Amino acid sequence: MDLLNNLALGASTALSLTNLFYAFVGCLLGTIIGVLPGIGPLATIAMLLPLTYALSPTAALIMLAGIYYGAQYGGSTTAIVVNLPGESSSVVTTIDGHQMARQGRAGVALSTAAIGSFFAGCVATLVIAAMAKPMAEAALLFQPSDYFSLMVLGLVLACVLSTGPFLEGVGMVVFGMLLSLVGTDVTTGVLRFDFDIPQLFDGVDFVPLALGIFGFAEIIKNLEPKDKTSVITSRITSLFPTREDWRRMIPAILRGTGIGAVLGVLPGGGSVLASFASYTIEKKVSRRPEEFGRGAIEGVAGPESANNAGAQTSFIPLLTLGLPSNVVMALMIGAMTIHKIQPGPEVMNKNPDLFWGLIVSMWVGNLMLVILNLPMVGLWVKLLTIPYRFLYPAIIVFCAIGVFSIKSGTFEVYEAALCGVFGYLLIKLDLPAAPLLLGLVLGQAVEEYFRRAMLLSRGDPSVFFTSPLSAILLAIAAISILLIALPNIRAKRDEALQE
Amino acid sequence: MSIRNQRAFVSGALFVGIAIFFFVEATKYSLGTATRMGPAYFPIMLSILLALIGLAVMAGAVAPRAKAERLARWDLKGLVWVTASIALFAALLYPLGGVLALLVLVVVSSRASPEFTWVGTLVNAAVLIAMCVGIFVFGIGLQMPLWPAFLY
Repeated sequence: MDLLNNLALGASTALSLTNLFYAFVGCLLGTIIGVLPGIGPLATIAMLLPLTYALSPTAALIMLAGIYYGAQYGGSTTAIVVNLPGESSSVVTTIDGHQMARQGRAGVALSTAAIGSFFAGCVATLVIAAMAKPMAEAALLFQPSDYFSLMVLGLVLACVLSTGPFLEGVGMVVFGMLLSLVGTDVTTGVLRFDFDIPQLFDGVDFVPLALGIFGFAEIIKNLEPKDKTSVITSRITSLFPTREDWRRMIPAILRGTGIGAVLGVLPGGGSVLASFASYTIEKKVSRRPEEFGRGAIEGVAGPESANNAGAQTSFIPLLTLGLPSNVVMALMIGAMTIHKIQPGPEVMNKNPDLFWGLIVSMWVGNLMLVILNLPMVGLWVKLLTIPYRFLYPAIIVFCAIGVFSIKSGTFEVYEAALCGVFGYLLIKLDLPAAPLLLGLVLGQAVEEYFRRAMLLSRGDPSVFFTSPLSAILLAIAAISILLIALPNIRAKRDEALQE
Repeated sequence: MSIRNQRAFVSGALFVGIAIFFFVEATKYSLGTATRMGPAYFPIMLSILLALIGLAVMAGAVAPRAKAERLARWDLKGLVWVTASIALFAALLYPLGGVLALLVLVVVSSRASPEFTWVGTLVNAAVLIAMCVGIFVFGIGLQMPLWPAFLY
């Protein structure tokens, strides 16, 4: 049994004392920051990236992954107890979770979320372990044209599945790809779009851009004067679901896990889409749809399982193909490169202990999070009483130091400040930032595979349609564009993503 | 003809502007052939694509059936204080050292809040500076100057 051997290797890595410690630190930091509203997992990881520089690559990735799903757990706590989504994948949890809290069932809602997340995490870990090897082996057979088409499909899907107008999303992807071409052209060695600024010779860095847009611009937006929303903190009473609760939440958890596991793999999918899709489906299949919005336990169990499963399976394309399915995974690519690990199908063969250790640590991390979250929930809720006027300068401080630490230089800090202004412009124009960052991460690789494919075919572009795999991938991309152009399907999509 | 969707119109114009900028810059490099692409080939392809997308978005914004949307208002107070605080931190870090640069960062950025108080801000700054120095400089050995350069 290959899988069992691999998991055993992973367990021996993940359960070493140091790695357990870093998984714990990651989960703890992730929970704390996930609980705080106004700062999402992306900014959290980018901000805490310097903490991992001194660690071994395995410990660093384990800690970063811990931060990521810790933020998911923390986000649901805030959503349920005070009706504020700690981060975007818990937006739907506020609907029924907070209603449950108002009926004095906050404890039950919290444990439902934790049980669902834990179950989904366990299943998703197994899915990753089982799918990783065949996927990575298939990836080694890919031709340059197949890779090119796969990336095009990924970028198209990321725009189709994100909110907002499709064309504007594609525009942002293309802009991101153009930005990725800044710096030295790998094939010809020519410097492009560098304007004689030495710091741009290696290209535009991902972290200052991400922190500017998701850190600084978010803060500027939150500082805008608006109607005060009063924070009502509910008291946490019994944590234990009744027999009736169990009966209703188990099917929802199973469905949510399945939906999340599938949608997490899709580019542009991940946890946000998974939680929305699960809520919509629970409402459709329920025999009591009128209870949704009034504290239906399925409305907590389904989406919470889905977002956790999605958060975890989104590691599959990253670990096997080297392709990020969402912006957090794009940042993980950056983190891997800092530690001199090239993401892609080779990771499994070159660094098996890192690969399987990371997978097992996901399960360990989920267990830790249940233990961290349920008994200590009162403590996390206390964090919410910190006024925003103390909180946001702290976020700016940590972001600024995080950006500075990339190269111990101030150029990146100025760059991040500028990106903050740009991010605010994007918020005002309602343009999505995630496609921009995906384009930035993938742009150079798209150019390289395009070049190689055209070189192999002696300049004949039909190679993208004669290779069967590439043709299928491009056909799927074309169909999804056509589908979204049809007015009634577009209306359905908007409805599903708005809800 | 009136612009029904001002937001989308400006977004489209932004795309066209970016596309023209990259196109003009890219023409300075060699194009190559489809088999052996020069450094300009792919950027020129992308900038043409982006310009077309931008034009399509602009056309959609003036179409008679376009959704009517206005441009959102900017809140300059937050934007200026927050951006200035980060730029000042970058400018002051090497001459004045991390402690003073962080103090300036916290004080300036806190001014953006309508609930600004000097006492609260200074206490917050002291706590944050102690945390940063403890975690980043002593904890993980980040190469960051702590005190003004002229003291050394």
